[in-house]
Amino acid sequence: MEIVLAVAIGVLSGCGVWLLLRPRTFQVVIGLTLISYAVNLFIFSTGGLRIGAEPVLSGATGTLALFADPLPQALVLTAIVIGFATTALLLVVIMAARGLSGSDHVDGTQGES
Amino acid sequence: MVGADAALLLLLALPFGASLAAAFLRPHARNLAATLGTLALGAGLAIVVALAPGILQGEALSFTAPWADSLDLQFSLRANGFVWLLLVLICGIGMLVSIYARYYMSPADPVPRLYSLLLAFAGSMTGLVLSGNVIQLVIFWEMTSLLSFLLIGYWHHGAAAREGARTSLIVTSAGGLCLLAGLLLMAQVAGSHDLEVILNSGEQIRASSTYGLALALVLLGAFTKSVQFPFHFWLPQAMAAPTPVSAYLHSATLVKAGVFVLVTLWPVLSGTAAWFWTVSSVGLATLTLGAFLAMFQNDLKGVLAYSTISHLGLITFLLGLNSELACVAAIFHMANHAIFKASLFMAAGAVDHEAGTRDIRRLGGLARYMPITTTLATVAAGAMAGVPLLNGFLSKEMFFEVTLAADRSQALDALPTTVAVAATTFSVVYSLRFIGGVFFGAPRDDLPKQPHEPPVWMVVPIGLLAALCILVGVLPNLTIGPLLRAAAGSVLADGKLSFTLAVWHGFTPALAMSAIALAAGGVLYVLLRRRLLALRRPPLGPFSANAIFERLLQAAGEAGPEWLARRFPDERLQRQLLLIVLTAFLAAALAVGGAILPRYLPLSTVDPAFAILWTIGAACAVGAARAAKFHRLAALVLVGGAGLISCVSFVWLSAPDLATTQLLVEVVTTILLLLGLRWLPPRIKQDDAAAAAARARRWRDGVIAICVGVGMTLLAYAVMTHPVDHSISEFFLERAYIEGGGHNVVNVILVDFRGFDTFGEITVLAIVALTVFALLRRFRPSQESLTPLGQRRAQDALDEEREERGRGHTLAEYLRVPGLIIQLMVPVILLFAVHMFLRGHDLPGGGFSAGVTASVALILLYMSGGVRWVEARLRVAPVRWIALGLLTALATGLGSWIFGYPFLTSYSTYLDLGPLGRAPLATAMLFDLGVFMLVVGAATLILTSIAHQSLRRPRARPLVAETGAEAVSEDR
Repeated sequence: MEIVLAVAIGVLSGCGVWLLLRPRTFQVVIGLTLISYAVNLFIFSTGGLRIGAEPVLSGATGTLALFADPLPQALVLTAIVIGFATTALLLVVIMAARGLSGSDHVDGTQGES
Repeated sequence: MVGADAALLLLLALPFGASLAAAFLRPHARNLAATLGTLALGAGLAIVVALAPGILQGEALSFTAPWADSLDLQFSLRANGFVWLLLVLICGIGMLVSIYARYYMSPADPVPRLYSLLLAFAGSMTGLVLSGNVIQLVIFWEMTSLLSFLLIGYWHHGAAAREGARTSLIVTSAGGLCLLAGLLLMAQVAGSHDLEVILNSGEQIRASSTYGLALALVLLGAFTKSVQFPFHFWLPQAMAAPTPVSAYLHSATLVKAGVFVLVTLWPVLSGTAAWFWTVSSVGLATLTLGAFLAMFQNDLKGVLAYSTISHLGLITFLLGLNSELACVAAIFHMANHAIFKASLFMAAGAVDHEAGTRDIRRLGGLARYMPITTTLATVAAGAMAGVPLLNGFLSKEMFFEVTLAADRSQALDALPTTVAVAATTFSVVYSLRFIGGVFFGAPRDDLPKQPHEPPVWMVVPIGLLAALCILVGVLPNLTIGPLLRAAAGSVLADGKLSFTLAVWHGFTPALAMSAIALAAGGVLYVLLRRRLLALRRPPLGPFSANAIFERLLQAAGEAGPEWLARRFPDERLQRQLLLIVLTAFLAAALAVGGAILPRYLPLSTVDPAFAILWTIGAACAVGAARAAKFHRLAALVLVGGAGLISCVSFVWLSAPDLATTQLLVEVVTTILLLLGLRWLPPRIKQDDAAAAAARARRWRDGVIAICVGVGMTLLAYAVMTHPVDHSISEFFLERAYIEGGGHNVVNVILVDFRGFDTFGEITVLAIVALTVFALLRRFRPSQESLTPLGQRRAQDALDEEREERGRGHTLAEYLRVPGLIIQLMVPVILLFAVHMFLRGHDLPGGGFSAGVTASVALILLYMSGGVRWVEARLRVAPVRWIALGLLTALATGLGSWIFGYPFLTSYSTYLDLGPLGRAPLATAMLFDLGVFMLVVGAATLILTSIAHQSLRRPRARPLVAETGAEAVSEDR
């Protein structure tokens, strides 16, 4: 499983970085979304991959041997919501930039494509 | 003493409370504001006076309350004789200024704002002198800087006011940071932030290796605040402030803060050669320079500003002499200077108010029109010049005495004495100019206004202060004597200091020096009078401190960044992004250092289904990367696919909470991007000459992307196969239920253990939502985005063709069935949101996912019915939701204070609902409710403000008018 997820993180971040370097603003938005998927999965994976572990306590206490690691999950949960917010901000900025400069090139001018 | 605690707290609370009240007054309620200010500061003065019996006997008051014990921080207030003397000045002069300002300010000004700021300043100053903890002291110190900035910039429509405010803020707040660092160094040596402890470990601090650095930093702080050379230039610029502000801040209080700190720390820091040489030489330079430049000023307030610089230089010089008597003289002069300078500022204000100008060259002979003001100003100016029988004379005599003593003991030859006499001579000259040039001489008939005596309540404060000058000057032992003894006793270690205050000491060298200075000053004034009037500026040119400061500021603010921008490879964002990616990649590669990947953990076997899943996921990602340029919608769908796959992975890998949230956020993100697509330009494939270069660039970026991808794969693989020792996760698993009362550990971490982090995160979310809202309010779409879309045109054309149909019919029918389904589904979705929220503490769910669910319901309504349809039926106020959410979360956190627990401590129990079973109930749930409301508000605000853009009617669009779109119906 580890190798599959590692390759998946690699593909997502590779595609994301390629898009980040493209000239058009929408490409950058999509690239950022892909990168945030990759980063979320990466942070999540630091707790180790657990299949079929209980995510919710059944008794009063639990140990890592029996339950899924809650810490990376808590980190990623807020990251997902914040990721939405930053995507929204970026989108609005590119909308405004396009309105002002008349171009959707990241440099603000109708440069080379 | 019973009630001393309450008295100290009340002293601090009164001005701040009154400031808050004044802030809510109507802009022209100046009588009310003035009454409020006068009463608050008068009450403060009454409290201070009531404390007098104890203080004058050498008692010290203190009050301590816990603040952050684990950081060795207490909120602590202390008062002794010296602090008390300053409190008298702060409250007393504050009250007089507050009476004066009511009549000085024009009815057209927003006077309550002035009072609100002035009172807040009085409160900060009170806090500064009362602080018994060095960190608290610096906080109040910076507050005074900030309020001084706001007060100088009170008339913010004037460029001079804005510049003066900016300069003073930069100089004094930078000094404040230095002071903080210096005090922290001292606290480190002393082992406590408590001021008393620091004061008692003087030996240790002077012997420590950090003494030199601490001294330099503290002095930087004190010198910037107390306008010592070379930081003196901000004070003359600060004269753009309303005159009552100058009278209060820039003579009596704010500028005294620096010397206050020096006096307070005098027992700790002084006594060394480093202290002597730095402090006394800076003081001497400031004393001379200030007095010299004051002679050349033609603006009345300019004269007073430079004179203030000079007098503060005198105080600093005295402190630098390492002599206890000199320190007493410094304290004495602090009080005297505050009294006569405040009255002089008010007199200058009265002249300005009545004659319409402050320019000495235009003024003259005002004595005929305003005899009372003339008399009072003459008395105060006499005190400034050191004329016998006035208070300034006494402290000047002490100054001469200790200077002579310093000459004898420190082998400085006669330099300080000579300089002292010279500076005093200059002060006689500018005092004479102030009086002679304005009130005496031939009356001028070209004044902007016909001068007459100012309103009585402008004269009374000046009169009271002038009377004090005489009283102290004639009967020093009955008036200032006991106060000075108490103040000196509280600062100096042994407290048994013999000094005599007397009007007549006999024929002493000091008296001779006074006589010489007065006579020489008189002669110099007569000689220079005409010449000074003709002079425009003091002869400094490009070497004036102000010009140097402006050049520095220009270098740091403009030239520096420009240089950096030029040195940076490119101004273009695309290339900068490339640089950032490369830097990040290299940094990561260096950090990993090419370490081989050891396999410590037994690997789980690869499930083929999972592999297939991610084959699809990878295909989606690559497809999105390819399609993002020309097929945006397809790219969006493919990105959604990759998102769904990661969502499935979360479920697979035992993280149902993440899966839910990811799924819901996926929905809103897709809607968001769909809404944004409308505003992007169409992109048509083209083959032009630049294609070869573009292809090369794509290859280059492709290589980078592959490197990054491979790097990330290796990194992720290494991380996953390394065992994690000592994870703090065990802690959460053990205590989530016992202490947090919830079975869903992830949710308990978010709302309880790390509630403060979550609070920060939702604040960020709120800020982003409001930023989006604000950005879109000024949004100007480009022209081509404004023409109706192709589909709309086709629909309208269809309607026009057929006779029985009107414009907009097809549009209305288009989403009729989905719209109906959506309307039926909305209550269900909302119920689901409630369900998600309620189960969050024990099962996957919680405020974040519930909030996103609820906003999805709202957005669906918008999509099916259109913006106008929804807002005609439903009051959507997302900003209120955001505010309510943030306040709920904050109130939950603060609530634990009531029960004596730290911020955001949670309490949990189960509520017995009889037949319905037991429901978990925790205060953390209330916090989660705050999160929920905020997420609903933020997501809805972001999406609806983008949706609203399509309703905008462009201002000038001849293109569309031709196509006949005057009746644009609802956009969907």
